[in-house]
Amino acid sequence: MIRLSIPLRQVLARLSLPIMIAFAFGVMLLGKADTLLVERMRSTLSDALAPIYAAISQPVNAVEEAVAEIRGLATLRSDNARLREENERLRRWHAAALGLESENALLRRQLGFMPEGAPNFHAARVVADGGGTYARAVLLSIPPQHGIRKGQVALDERGFVGRVTEVGSRSARVLLATDMNSRVPVTLEGSRARAVMAGTNGARPRLAHWPEGVIPQEGERVVTSAQANAFPAGLPVGVVRRNAQGSLEVELFARLDHLEMVRLFDFGLSGILPPEAVARPEPRASRR
Amino acid sequence: MSLAPKLRAPPPGRPEPPQDLPRRLEALLRLAFPLVSTALVLILSATPSGLPALAFALAMPSIAFWTVFRPAGMAPPMVFVLGLLLDFLTMAPLGVHIIALLALHGAAMRLRFWLARQGFIVVWLCFCVGALGATLLTWGFTALLLLSLPPWPPIFHTLLLATGFYPPIAILLSRAHEAMRRAENAP
Repeated sequence: MIRLSIPLRQVLARLSLPIMIAFAFGVMLLGKADTLLVERMRSTLSDALAPIYAAISQPVNAVEEAVAEIRGLATLRSDNARLREENERLRRWHAAALGLESENALLRRQLGFMPEGAPNFHAARVVADGGGTYARAVLLSIPPQHGIRKGQVALDERGFVGRVTEVGSRSARVLLATDMNSRVPVTLEGSRARAVMAGTNGARPRLAHWPEGVIPQEGERVVTSAQANAFPAGLPVGVVRRNAQGSLEVELFARLDHLEMVRLFDFGLSGILPPEAVARPEPRASRR
Repeated sequence: MSLAPKLRAPPPGRPEPPQDLPRRLEALLRLAFPLVSTALVLILSATPSGLPALAFALAMPSIAFWTVFRPAGMAPPMVFVLGLLLDFLTMAPLGVHIIALLALHGAAMRLRFWLARQGFIVVWLCFCVGALGATLLTWGFTALLLLSLPPWPPIFHTLLLATGFYPPIAILLSRAHEAMRRAENAP
């Protein structure tokens, strides 16, 4: 150890606090001047400490899990009671549904109602977004021998996506419901009022032309309407939302921002088609 | 009740203990104990999942205690190192905690002889005042360095935590201090 005289030591001891405070201000200036250096030092320190934290996080996690487990056990009783009550209620609904089903079958038999056959469809993979004449359209890859026609309806696993506007030998283009050129006749499920869903190129199409005296409710379900014979009735489209400006929009069920697969349904409809095809849609290839 | 360990001068005329290696090593460990233990506590309390105010709140009682009762183990350079560590561990602007801890240390150093003779409650109250000063200093320097007013609640939480942590920490550290004192006075 270095041996210093006692007065020198005393002076050093007395000066060390002011010197350290001066150093602290120096460090402060350094931190303000060279942010990059400070960041690098900080990350070096965290790298060095990471194994320690990893090691202590295991028992901490174990304790947290145990606490969560105990809490879960404590609420087990009330959960059980709640689930039993819910089960009871659902059972009643189940019975009601069975009753309604049989009643429905009976009424159908009496009316001579002809059920619609399940529409046939092709699933196709989305290979490109945008492009072409429209701002919101997707390109589908389809096999060469296909039965896809203009005007077919595209749905994803959640709801309405758009309509086929161009068909090539190996590809087809679908105009999405959000495109500015898209107009879809819809029905508001609560009030059964008809309206038009008009695309705006934004994420949510606008709702327009609902009849006087009907106010679309926030959260009301919107389904397609059979008006104009372009779509079958009742395909799920979305729910009504009021935007910040107070106008009504439709939040689509379909996830148009990341489409991967769509199903193209052939409902055998020959309603309004895009202008160049107004003349006459070609007949369906195979009719049941 | 006095948790403060009594400062007793060693009996005069005791022969200087022989300076062999184990004894020197022991003395060095005793000297380093305050710094090392406080640094470890800081590192452990700054875990990413923990409270962000915890590390600073744990540093203040420890530094104040060692400054008052064992100043050799908590010299200004050690406080500087702890403040720097704290600045790196919390995402505070560099230097803020160093200044605050040095100020706390300086105040404790100034009042050390008086504080060592007081009872526990008085020391605790004085610590609360010191912690208030240190947290306000942190807040002020953070505002100065970031050129915007930081929110109040974290400062308040730190102060409450430090106030509440002082008694248990003081009990633990006075045990350790007493043990080291016994070892030092052993012939």
